[in-house]
Amino acid sequence: MKAYQRKLDIRNGCVDLSHGSGGRAMAQLISGLFHEAFGNEWLARGNDQSAFDVGAGRMVMTTDGYVVSPLFFPGGNIGSLAVHGTVNDIAMAGAKPLYLSASFIIEEGFRFADLKLIAESMGQAARDAGVHIITGDTKVVELGKADGLFISTAGVGIVPDGLDLSAENARVGDRVLISGTLGDHGVAIMSKRQNLAFETEIVSDSAALNDLVARMVEAGGRGIRLMRDPTRGGLAATLNEIARQSDVGFHLQEEAIPVKPGVAAACELLGLDPLHVANEGKLVAIVAPEVAGAVLAAMRAHPLGRDAADIGQAVADDHHFVQMATSFGGGRIVDWLSGEQLPRIC
Amino acid sequence: MKYADEFRDKEIALGLAKTIRTGAHAGRPYRFMEFCGGHTHAISRYGLEDLLPKNVRMIHGPGCPVCVLPAGRIDMAIRLAMRPDIILCVYGDLMRVPGSQGASLLKAKARGADIRMVYSTIHAVRIAEENPAREVVFFAIGFETTTPPTAVMIRMAEKKQLANFSVFCNHVLTPPAMQNILESPDIRNIGRVEIDGFVGPAHVSTIIGTAPYEFFAEEFGRPVVISGFEPLDMMQAILMLVRQVNEHRHEVENQYSRAVTRDGNLRAKEEVSDIFELRDQFEWRGLGQVPYSGLKLKRAYAKYDAEIRFGMNELRVDDNPACECGAILRGVKKPVDCKLFGTVCTPETPMGSCMVSSEGACAAHWTYGRFRDHQQRRAS
Repeated sequence: MKAYQRKLDIRNGCVDLSHGSGGRAMAQLISGLFHEAFGNEWLARGNDQSAFDVGAGRMVMTTDGYVVSPLFFPGGNIGSLAVHGTVNDIAMAGAKPLYLSASFIIEEGFRFADLKLIAESMGQAARDAGVHIITGDTKVVELGKADGLFISTAGVGIVPDGLDLSAENARVGDRVLISGTLGDHGVAIMSKRQNLAFETEIVSDSAALNDLVARMVEAGGRGIRLMRDPTRGGLAATLNEIARQSDVGFHLQEEAIPVKPGVAAACELLGLDPLHVANEGKLVAIVAPEVAGAVLAAMRAHPLGRDAADIGQAVADDHHFVQMATSFGGGRIVDWLSGEQLPRIC
Repeated sequence: MKYADEFRDKEIALGLAKTIRTGAHAGRPYRFMEFCGGHTHAISRYGLEDLLPKNVRMIHGPGCPVCVLPAGRIDMAIRLAMRPDIILCVYGDLMRVPGSQGASLLKAKARGADIRMVYSTIHAVRIAEENPAREVVFFAIGFETTTPPTAVMIRMAEKKQLANFSVFCNHVLTPPAMQNILESPDIRNIGRVEIDGFVGPAHVSTIIGTAPYEFFAEEFGRPVVISGFEPLDMMQAILMLVRQVNEHRHEVENQYSRAVTRDGNLRAKEEVSDIFELRDQFEWRGLGQVPYSGLKLKRAYAKYDAEIRFGMNELRVDDNPACECGAILRGVKKPVDCKLFGTVCTPETPMGSCMVSSEGACAAHWTYGRFRDHQQRRAS
């Protein structure tokens, strides 16, 4: 006997309140769309939770919410972004990400076709990153109560023995490495915003960084003090946070910081600073000076670290200033972003 | 980046810095006011002060339209925006400007006011077309540079016969404010601070040209050099000012000749004078009432004037008495001389005008330059 009388009309159909009501329609949506896209043994068992084995050692856990607007942007969509963001939060501990959960809050009227695209790119992003989405949840809210789709995730991973990356670990003299060009994600999103739309070839850098991190850990081991992915607030926010948590200051060289010409031009036009613009596939690593060369070489050998650069160092500073020698020859502070640059970029 | 990198070249900058150092006589101070917020921002962002000799000091003027908007005008806009029939369209940097008692448009929006951030006046017109049942008001603000787009928008509204569109006009003029600064008692009579010359506006001058500064340079005996907003433009303009001071000249010179002419943009000036006329006076945050410094819509365009259309009452709000913005805008004090600076007044919670926008003197110093205060303290 067939489980459902009629197949989901992916091409023309859309989500209605029945798809969140716990009845047959919801079961059909979950099995027909999400299980299909995420396909793994844990989901196939159809439980409200998934059991998995854990090895000895330390684990990390993270959670994240995704409300990006627009849902589809150059270089990705909310689904791939959700997987990359969660994987990266785990990877920044030097950990190997293993399992994710995903919870969907869907506004009624959302097109199945879009939902399928999003779920499929989540599945693909997870496979590429070597993680599994093993449990999830679906809720449907009335029209006007959510902006299309919100996704929230959780993730767990396992930390290699002896590694303890944390924001208070930076020491005076440590080098600041970044894995590539800054501001790509934020500019890609802005270029598609209604009322702001401009033409640019910039695509989001959204990517899973766990493999890059693994290569860096091989090269630098315990010489790596900490890593962060500079998402909202950009590099400026990340370094200011670290400065405060580690009780140091930073000295950067503007000339060493890679920014794509298209990003620089868009920022110029909109009056933004690339150092405040969000990234979704970049990391900042604070590393001991003696391993900096080896870690940088490992980064540059990886496709996601081709443009990696050593941009400055940690210095003694009671005020925790992040200072920068400008490419013009003067000096300035790189401060936190004040207020809201652009809402809902991730 | 083409057309930008050429004006940010380090080698040329260092060369200019050297020429300024040798040109500036060690025995005397050179105090130049850059009028525009765009210049203030460039000085801070590129760290220009580090390239200038100690006796060449830049005084940050009042040329940031967001900063000088009085709190009362913000209160008026908030009161209007709280009406359910109104959609208020604003430029994004107005959202956080403090009105009275910590109010702002951002907070009004959170409480349900329909306030939309726009990037151009055309967008505001489009919103009016899309919402025929609502009243759409554009919060017009800015110096001579942003006035022509507002004029064009009113023309568009007229052509499209939009009945639901109007403008809350807060446009102000540059030359009267410059004059006001030099005529203020603490500059002219007490003479606590001398201003030896002005770096004249870049974008404003593309519209009004260099001619309007000629009377000013003559009357007050101060040189004016119109300068572009790029850091090399500024270095060159400063050098030109140093030379004028050395040679006891007080002329209007045009460094920004790639964009500015003596007469400016005739078409834009014509549009503006067709639609706007002078107010008898207009309040500037930090400067107080400045005669003939603001614009309003002419009577023929009264139906597009939100102040008339909605019977908006002028609201006055006194600035915090401890706030030193007025003295800072006139160059009499520096941001660090203000008790509020960096304590209760920061870019997140601005109390006075200079902290409001990144182009304000206090915000620029806080955001880009405050490490120098600690260096100086350590050195002394």
